[in-house]
Amino acid sequence: MDVTQLTATASLDLLDKGELSSVDLTKAYLDRIATVDQQVAAFLRVDAESALENATRIDAARAAGESVGSLGGLPVAVKDILCDQTGKTTCASKMLEEFHPPYDATVIKKLRQAGAVLIGRTNMDEFAMGGSTENSAYQTTRNPWDLERSPGGSSGGAAACVAAGTAPLSIGTDTGGSIRQPASWCGVVGLKPTYGRVSRFGLVAFASSLDQVGPLASCTADAALLLQAIAGHDPADSTSLPEEVPSYTANLNQPLEGLRIGVIPQHFAEGLDADVESAVRKAIEVYKSLGAKVVELELPHAKYAVATYYVIAPCEASSNLARYDGVHYGYRANQAQMAADLQAERKAALDAGDQASADNVDTALVRLYRQSRSDAFGPEVKRRIMLGTYALSAGYYDAYYKKALQVRRLIRQDYDQAFGQCDLILSPTTAGPASKLGSFDHDPLGMYLLDLYTVSANLAGLPAISLPCGLTSGGLPIGLQLTAPPLEEARLLRGARMYEASSGLELSRPEIA
Amino acid sequence: MALSRADVEKVALLSRLRLSEEELAEMTDQLVEIVGYVDQLAEVETDGVEPMAHAVELENRLKPDEVRPSLPRGEALRNAPARSEQGYLVPAVLGD
Repeated sequence: MDVTQLTATASLDLLDKGELSSVDLTKAYLDRIATVDQQVAAFLRVDAESALENATRIDAARAAGESVGSLGGLPVAVKDILCDQTGKTTCASKMLEEFHPPYDATVIKKLRQAGAVLIGRTNMDEFAMGGSTENSAYQTTRNPWDLERSPGGSSGGAAACVAAGTAPLSIGTDTGGSIRQPASWCGVVGLKPTYGRVSRFGLVAFASSLDQVGPLASCTADAALLLQAIAGHDPADSTSLPEEVPSYTANLNQPLEGLRIGVIPQHFAEGLDADVESAVRKAIEVYKSLGAKVVELELPHAKYAVATYYVIAPCEASSNLARYDGVHYGYRANQAQMAADLQAERKAALDAGDQASADNVDTALVRLYRQSRSDAFGPEVKRRIMLGTYALSAGYYDAYYKKALQVRRLIRQDYDQAFGQCDLILSPTTAGPASKLGSFDHDPLGMYLLDLYTVSANLAGLPAISLPCGLTSGGLPIGLQLTAPPLEEARLLRGARMYEASSGLELSRPEIA
Repeated sequence: MALSRADVEKVALLSRLRLSEEELAEMTDQLVEIVGYVDQLAEVETDGVEPMAHAVELENRLKPDEVRPSLPRGEALRNAPARSEQGYLVPAVLGD
């Protein structure tokens, strides 16, 4: 039996019954990584030795009748953005190539406590900035469904490894859609929790009011299982919500009685791929057949969501990434070279009789900052830092940053109103299936527009999930997105499960050439 | 309100970045396009709307002012590109 074809829930059942060992399960995934990850390149690093050590320990604990945790013995892959003191955390950037965190993120601690076997670190867009994982400083991850295409981003590696069957569960992060969009493009389930539901302590920050950590898996039951293990209040994160975590698994299979599904006609406008529209409309019919009522609603400010996001996120990023200055950790430019450059620049200015320019040459410290950052950040990161700095600078702050924050409130109010008339909002996750690699090489704005359907949930702090709802005529996965009011992850998962259980959709694992 | 190259150079300095000629040219074009796109926010009627910095509006979370163990110095300095026993080493700031 190929155990890598099992869901995490099914594997856990066999582990609990003693019919499968964690060592065998982990070995099976490591073997599959060795064969298939050559082409997919989802993993930046595979931690085979420590994974097998942990698996051995958990098997022994189980055999001795000790508690092994809710994920006891299950392999989990983690996006390389959560601090883990057992190795490096690079955020797929040259800036953190040698960074060895001195502490564990709370999510990492919780995963270990739950008995997860951390199998490796997945590839991502650098510092989580991007929608294709092509902005990684290290390698290109390919979509398992078509190796010439992107897996999406920024949690591209986390989505691709689940789709490729090289991990049953993975952890990603979502700031503007970075779990849901790759989940959609890779044909897996991806969930972004309510802002504050999962601790951000130890999560390398991109945009602090938008970032959230969440699960990726091959089915809703597995996503629920993983979310359960990581959710909860954390005193170390002052934005962490105090509310108790309900059970996400207990009632998962219980359909939502009297479910009202909100559908936004604006979402089905020009630009939506015909196959995506067709699949999403079919999904609406599935809900109707289950007794759900469909309510047409407006989100009047939805068209401004991407613009709002691409002001707020870069502004927050410009502030968060100021810490990478070559001083405390991370890459530092070669100081001898720098000193020589500065001397040469001053001399050239003086030789040309230009005292003003000579005086304006950077001081050594400023040049250290500028050179270190410029050497070690990729173009997308630089772009967003520049955008954010501009939008926050004197004279522009009100027109851009403050304005965006006001529109943000209007976007949130639209949702509050909508949820007065429905229980879940249904939409496509993305306007089209996976793009070809290289599509956005000279088109950053084009890449930003991929976030059309996903950013609003981050701006409004709402939980949202993407689950597969079909394939395009070209054989590429299509994602269905559901959004719920704050802290309604249980409702979200049950609503998703209703569709999953009745759709008749069976997505078998893609053949990886 | 299109950005000029001079604007971009100024922003690069504020951002503590250093762009090559080529990068400056490309960055200027790209920023003009992106800023042009986000400029549509000016259309939205926002009089009297409170800016929303955080989706979930929590009040300041305080904790008691107690001394607790923190990261040992050695750990905190462990990733430093240049360090002394006490701290991080950088080029001289004063008297440069």
